[in-house]
Amino acid sequence: MKKKLYVARSPRIAARKLGEETLVMSAQGSTLFTLNPTATVLWQAADGITALDAIVERHICSEFEVEAEQAIRDAEALAEDLARHGILLISEKPISSTRNLTVQEQYR
Amino acid sequence: MSLMHEMGERALRLGVPFSVHLDLTYRCNEQCVHCYLDHDDHGEMTTAEIKHLLKEMADSGVFILTLSGGEIFLRKDFFEILEYARDLTFCIKLKTNAVLIREAQAARLRDLGVQSIQVSIYSHRPEVHDAITKVPGSLKRSLKAIRFLKSQGLRVVMANVLMTENMHDYRGTQALANEIGAEYTMDPTVTPMMDGGRTVLELNVGESDLRNVFRDENLIGNVDEFCAPPRAANEDDLNSLPCSAGHTSCYVSPYGEFYPCVQFPLSCGNVREQRFIDIWRHSERLKEVRSIRLRDLSSCSKCAHGGSCTRCPGLAFMEGNMRGPSTQDCEKSFARTGIPSLNLLSKKQEQDKDKDKDQDSPPRLVQIQLVPAITGRRLAEMGGGAVSAIAS
Ligand code: SF4
Ligand code: SF4
Repeated sequence: MKKKLYVARSPRIAARKLGEETLVMSAQGSTLFTLNPTATVLWQAADGITALDAIVERHICSEFEVEAEQAIRDAEALAEDLARHGILLISEKPISSTRNLTVQEQYR
Repeated sequence: MSLMHEMGERALRLGVPFSVHLDLTYRCNEQCVHCYLDHDDHGEMTTAEIKHLLKEMADSGVFILTLSGGEIFLRKDFFEILEYARDLTFCIKLKTNAVLIREAQAARLRDLGVQSIQVSIYSHRPEVHDAITKVPGSLKRSLKAIRFLKSQGLRVVMANVLMTENMHDYRGTQALANEIGAEYTMDPTVTPMMDGGRTVLELNVGESDLRNVFRDENLIGNVDEFCAPPRAANEDDLNSLPCSAGHTSCYVSPYGEFYPCVQFPLSCGNVREQRFIDIWRHSERLKEVRSIRLRDLSSCSKCAHGGSCTRCPGLAFMEGNMRGPSTQDCEKSFARTGIPSLNLLSKKQEQDKDKDKDQDSPPRLVQIQLVPAITGRRLAEMGGGAVSAIAS
């Protein structure tokens, strides 16, 4: 059986929804992206706790009227692309509070 | 067009306040000679008020948030505010003198994903920088902090305000920035005090020095382009917006006052009394600022520099008329092109007349009027003896 994937927004980026799209800037402003409406939905739902297939079923299939299997494949490709740019974190386990992790790291 | 520029255009179309400058405090640990602020605390917003405001700003679509002061690190809750702001995914820019930044603070700024940190550096020579900040050892501490920030891989911009006191040091300061790996920006404009006081303007560099600065290609880049002959406004220019103030950006003071820009102190409301978005959408004053196009400016629309001038409407406002010229920008246009605007010519005539009047007048006891910086409070502090000494 295929393993579940969990996605979380990276804590090092800046982001804001502007109209239908989302503007995302990587840490220290080295790269700026815009996410289209589908990527925006995925991005907003990426809480680290909800599995990617559940996000697709709940938010993408219903809103964009696409078939689930294809939509999950597309979402995985999109998530990997966003992860390559440091915008999203992907894990096979749920990802807990990314913000607290980074802040605590400095006190180690 | 860059993506950021494109997003700015989209924000303008959507009526979104894309960028906000928020001063967290006016208190400061330096006392710079050219500073436009009153450093006393007249009731800064509390941590809870600032967090509430940040949430409102995020909900309103603000993306770029510049946190500045005064000195931001004087606020004990600074990191609490910054952490909250980052949780709201703002793109954060900081302005600081960096004197209080050590290794631990630099690491924390890196962890919190701050986009850039602008540090005020006035000279590469301690005796010049420290004389401007009036804090001995301040250059050494600021530079040490910049090195900490750079070692964390953070983006640092050294900002140099050029004035009579450091006029000859900008090349050295630029070289220092290069050596440390910081970016460098220089601004030759000393602005009036927030309360309208204009005595600090005496620190502005003179005309011929400014002309030389504007012809330094290490600073300016393409001098021929920068100092090209002036261009009168064409039809597109006449319909253009003066700048982003009030259109996609605005300013909030530590007391919650809402202005179109930090350099445009026209109070449009207070975020302690109204929601941020309500001021942004419904302030009559902001609507008036937004309605102004170059064609509405009686002098500038007809000026020879109209299409190429960098006129700041905030400086024009502080001079008395937001639809009028900004004499400081007339001076810059003149320094670039050698061609004076009509406003500059008439200002010079007025000054000459004033000078003639002063020379013609016989010595009088009312000579005390020539010392405008002496306020009632200071006269009282000096006591009657000092006053009569000036008058005699
Ligand atoms: S031109 Fe003046 S008022 Fe406009 S954004 Fe710049 S500083 Fe502010
Ligand atoms: S030079 Fe002066 S009068 Fe001419 S456009 Fe600029 S600010 Fe206006």
